[in-house]
Amino acid sequence: MTGKHGNKVVPSVQEALAPLRDGMTILVGGFGLSGNAEALIRGVVERGVGDLTLVSNNAGNLGKGLATWLKAGIIRKVICSYIGANEDLHTRMASGEVEVEITPQGTLSERMRAAGAGIPAFYTPTGVGTVVEQGKEVKEIDGRRYLLERALHGDVALVRAAVSDRFGNLRFWRTARNFNPVMASAAKLTIAECDKLVDNGGIDPDDVHCAGIFVHRVVHVPEHENAFEYKTTRKRP
Amino acid sequence: MTFSTEDMARRAAREIPAGSIVNLGIGLPTQVADYLPEGHAWLHSENGLLGMGPFPYEGDEDPNLINAGKQTVTVLPGGSTFDSATSFAMIRGGHVDMAILGAMQVSCGGDLANWAVPNGKVMGIGGAMDLASGARRVIAMMQHTTKKGEFKLVQRCDYPLTATRVVSLVITELGVFEPTGHGFRVIELAPGITREKAEAATGAPLT
Repeated sequence: MTGKHGNKVVPSVQEALAPLRDGMTILVGGFGLSGNAEALIRGVVERGVGDLTLVSNNAGNLGKGLATWLKAGIIRKVICSYIGANEDLHTRMASGEVEVEITPQGTLSERMRAAGAGIPAFYTPTGVGTVVEQGKEVKEIDGRRYLLERALHGDVALVRAAVSDRFGNLRFWRTARNFNPVMASAAKLTIAECDKLVDNGGIDPDDVHCAGIFVHRVVHVPEHENAFEYKTTRKRP
Repeated sequence: MTFSTEDMARRAAREIPAGSIVNLGIGLPTQVADYLPEGHAWLHSENGLLGMGPFPYEGDEDPNLINAGKQTVTVLPGGSTFDSATSFAMIRGGHVDMAILGAMQVSCGGDLANWAVPNGKVMGIGGAMDLASGARRVIAMMQHTTKKGEFKLVQRCDYPLTATRVVSLVITELGVFEPTGHGFRVIELAPGITREKAEAATGAPLT
């Protein structure tokens, strides 16, 4: 099958990332280092594009994941919800090298959900009466105040799935799902990195978490680091 | 004697009705889970998990099964995982019964400041604003004053706000207090803490 939804499986990360250009807005799934498209993230640095706007909840942590984009100096702007212990972002924000737009996490995910669903903007109660309200339309509906937040589109989304079929139907594992499905829906070109690739029919249609209509390229990467951020355990009884 | 953090966590756990959905903020509130009877409530974690269980046994950790503080956790039978937009629909849509959150300042009008220190390093907002404005009931768990002795229960917050008029109860090492609009109503005091002592540590009238 040819066409946009024909052959989606590409043999290499570099081939998958060939359409990237300087200045693009890239949505990258993951909550911290969990659910990161590790090979695609590495591949973007090797690809040699720059001046990127990165949309991600955290922009890496502990020097890993998207922190490597910060170290490579390929990011102009970050739209995220949380910086926390990400020193690579703190230093570049302080020096002015990278512009940072901090958005409440639920607003960040809903802005991309709206983008993927064809909704240009929406009213939300989150952020009313705070700095997030600055420069935004405020509307009272049924006695409560809401902010108008705009949809957030990406040129490219890089997502990570546990399983993909050849059409790009995706299944995720545990909390690695996080932003991946909404980001997949909000970009013109979505590239999925999967741990396991199966033939069409290998995922039951009722078990698909993200329908392949939102995915344009699939790259099979069997090995992942899956780094821990904070390994917390209890003693066995 | 003041409440220990364990006492505070135990006291906060008593506020959680059986069969409710609760989100525990990062830091101090996370400890509340240790004092909930098994099967008492469902814990929600905004990164996409409902039915969160305790930390895994050594050797069972999964880097892709974490809480909002990015700590490895477990999922209980009956639990579910979902994407971020769905997770925040649960919060914003009023499906989460209670959020117990850390706080830097709470005003007597129930305003909450818990995400940034003026002129300090910006850590980010994360899910704090969505939880504060979306959860049905918000309880703040905090130290009563700063390390320098500055008031944290105040007439009006001067730290950047997280949400306005949302906090219904404040639990500190000195006691339990309810913002009333004009001051803080004393619900209970820690053993040996006098009203005068609590008053001296509070930046708004105790009522």
